[in-house]
Amino acid sequence: MDEMTSSSPTVSQRDQWMVESQVFQIYQLFATIPPNAQSLMLELQRDKHIEFLTKGLRHLGPNFSVLDANRPWLCYWIIHSIALLGESIDDELQDNTVEFLNRCKDPNGGFAGGPGQMPHLATTYAAVNTLITLGGDKSLASINRDKLYGFLRRMKQPNGGFRMHVEGEIDVRACYTAISVASVLNILDEELTQNVGDYILSCQTYEGGIAGEPGSEAHGGYTFCGLAAMILIGEVNRLDLPRLVEWTVFRQGKECGFQGRTNKLVDGCYSFWQGGAVALLQRLYSIINKQMAEVSNISSIPEEKVCLHGTSSDAASHLWHEGMSESCSADFKNIGYNFINDWRAKDPLFHSIALQQYILLCAQEQDGGLRDKPGKRRDHYHTCYCLSGLSLCQYSWSKHPDSPPLPKAVLGPYSNLLEPIHPLYNVVLERYREAHEFFVGGS
Amino acid sequence: MASGSSEVEEEEQERVMLRDRPEWADVTPVPQDDGPCPVVPINYTEEFAEVMDYFRAVYLADERSPRALSLTAEAIHFNAGNYTVWHFRRLLLELLKVDLHEELEFIERIAAKNSKNYQIWHHRRRVAEKLGPDARNAELQFTKKVLSVDAKHYHAWSHRQWALQALGGWEDELDYCSELLEQDIFNNSAWNQRYFVITRSPFVGGLKAMRESEVLYTIKAIEAYPENESSWKYLRGLYKGETTSWVNDPQVSSICLKILSSKSNYLFALSTLLDLICHGYQPNQDFRDAIEALKIPDLDSQDLDIASMICSILEKIDPIRVNYWIWRKSRLPHVAQ
Repeated sequence: MDEMTSSSPTVSQRDQWMVESQVFQIYQLFATIPPNAQSLMLELQRDKHIEFLTKGLRHLGPNFSVLDANRPWLCYWIIHSIALLGESIDDELQDNTVEFLNRCKDPNGGFAGGPGQMPHLATTYAAVNTLITLGGDKSLASINRDKLYGFLRRMKQPNGGFRMHVEGEIDVRACYTAISVASVLNILDEELTQNVGDYILSCQTYEGGIAGEPGSEAHGGYTFCGLAAMILIGEVNRLDLPRLVEWTVFRQGKECGFQGRTNKLVDGCYSFWQGGAVALLQRLYSIINKQMAEVSNISSIPEEKVCLHGTSSDAASHLWHEGMSESCSADFKNIGYNFINDWRAKDPLFHSIALQQYILLCAQEQDGGLRDKPGKRRDHYHTCYCLSGLSLCQYSWSKHPDSPPLPKAVLGPYSNLLEPIHPLYNVVLERYREAHEFFVGGS
Repeated sequence: MASGSSEVEEEEQERVMLRDRPEWADVTPVPQDDGPCPVVPINYTEEFAEVMDYFRAVYLADERSPRALSLTAEAIHFNAGNYTVWHFRRLLLELLKVDLHEELEFIERIAAKNSKNYQIWHHRRRVAEKLGPDARNAELQFTKKVLSVDAKHYHAWSHRQWALQALGGWEDELDYCSELLEQDIFNNSAWNQRYFVITRSPFVGGLKAMRESEVLYTIKAIEAYPENESSWKYLRGLYKGETTSWVNDPQVSSICLKILSSKSNYLFALSTLLDLICHGYQPNQDFRDAIEALKIPDLDSQDLDIASMICSILEKIDPIRVNYWIWRKSRLPHVAQ
């Protein structure tokens, strides 16, 4: 272990510098051009993106055969993106989508990757989110919640995790997709949430982020999944939130976008996974502040399941109305107190404008669609998550998502403004509200 | 088809359509139930569509036969992401009592073209699980091979961790981590694996027992590349659950001071110092002097408190996280509301 320094760059350094030079070239070009040209460069190419997306909905080439077991994902990536852009799909396409997803349904519950395939949690999540995004009674009523509940129960494992499909892999993604679907459809119960918190907690690493499985490396995708799931089951306080915050904010680098893991490369899709995690954390200040205060007192507070009536997540508060047996009286008197005394950041903890800069200048492709980074090709997945991340950025200063953001929150022309999302499910907020009304009813 | 092309795989060159194979004559292929107006329709090649039509036939009939097994191999070649096909294949492997060592080789061939695919790795895990301790060397070798191409391959690392826990082979793992870190000290996956070994290996005394040697190792790494976030995070991780040791270990505060005093790449030294202070560490005058010596312009003269001062500096030198540092400043322990 004597020679730790070496004169030649490591693989990590080389890869990083390559990307930096490409990205900085773009930023430097941007800096030298006149304001008119800058405005143009910062424009979200709405029409081009819509064209790319709608085309995909109607037909895909043979090279998409590798996604033949992921077609509900393609539906979600495309339809959610179109909804973010504030556009709608024509009625015929909407009906065709509902019809198609019907054919992906398994008679015993859950949605598969395609007609005739086995049901799978990820494609179920994608299908449900697609149907919610489409909205309307026909679409929402097409979901058989009883059967779906049965499928979720069958996928649940005693250790708290979920299998993606029969005899499939267990990981934090599976937890999130199951819990998200159950929550948004109002079929989440103790049977489903039992031990989930234990499992996800065991996936938080020494770095502070969350891994796919216990022991694996902290990763942006799994961090979002784990955090969102914990919030939805009302156990987010069990995570070490200060460390989670710090890990996540440190994933944004000088390229302005987010990386998925420490010392790895920036990727547009993490605009949502990591940006989304920060957006969630921003609504948890009362809990985070509590945890930080505990740290400086160097006293250990016994772990207890704290009721989260203070969260802004409608879904979580509905869960707690469904007759939770645990006594929550201990926390009631603290919530009001913390609420008044909390320092509420009006500003996002990550650099929203910088991230928008990355998305608009580095992730957009000229012919429509968005991508991982310059040099990579566009795809529907990256289009979805870059746009989702962009939406998060634009609303990151908003206390109320219903009031339009101030122009200063939106990089580029104000016409870049997207629809706001519900950050726990990643569906357009308006559609979520409709679904909530449909599945939960008036509250 | 043109012959003599060395680029084309043997299989493709000689591939006969299933409808032309006598052994499949008795099977009626089942077309996909996409409906009249599907969305996201894929323009499958004729070969792809045919394989899947025949697969659907055997799947629906639940035919567990050798020909079904070879059909799943073909389907997997066309789309290694079809988890239904993999699942059915597992049922066939079980029933037909296939030699699972051969199956490992099959997986390796598929992985060569498709390594970033959940299904392949899950399948590998199930097969290795059945083989038990016999598979140990194969799994460690296989993951090592994949990692030699991409030292941060997420699935490979997860699989390797699973193999160590289920099948053993821990003895050389810490050395393997050291090797990888020697090649690339910035490889966060290797640091993560190191943590995995010291906390879970039955051959090692556990985190507490390993802490001393690991701290030495990590500090050397920090000294060599203070800009490397991985090593600082790892150092912090060594004291997980034991904040008092973290605060009281002079090696920790002194590495912060050393890097600060070098006036170069001191971002993590500062953030670590801040972390220590928030956990009760009381920095002496040496720290104040070192911070002063940084000569950061335009600092808020209100920051008499060293922790506030550090936050202000971080706001300046780490501008992408300016809001985070502002928020940290507001949450400092002494700042009474």
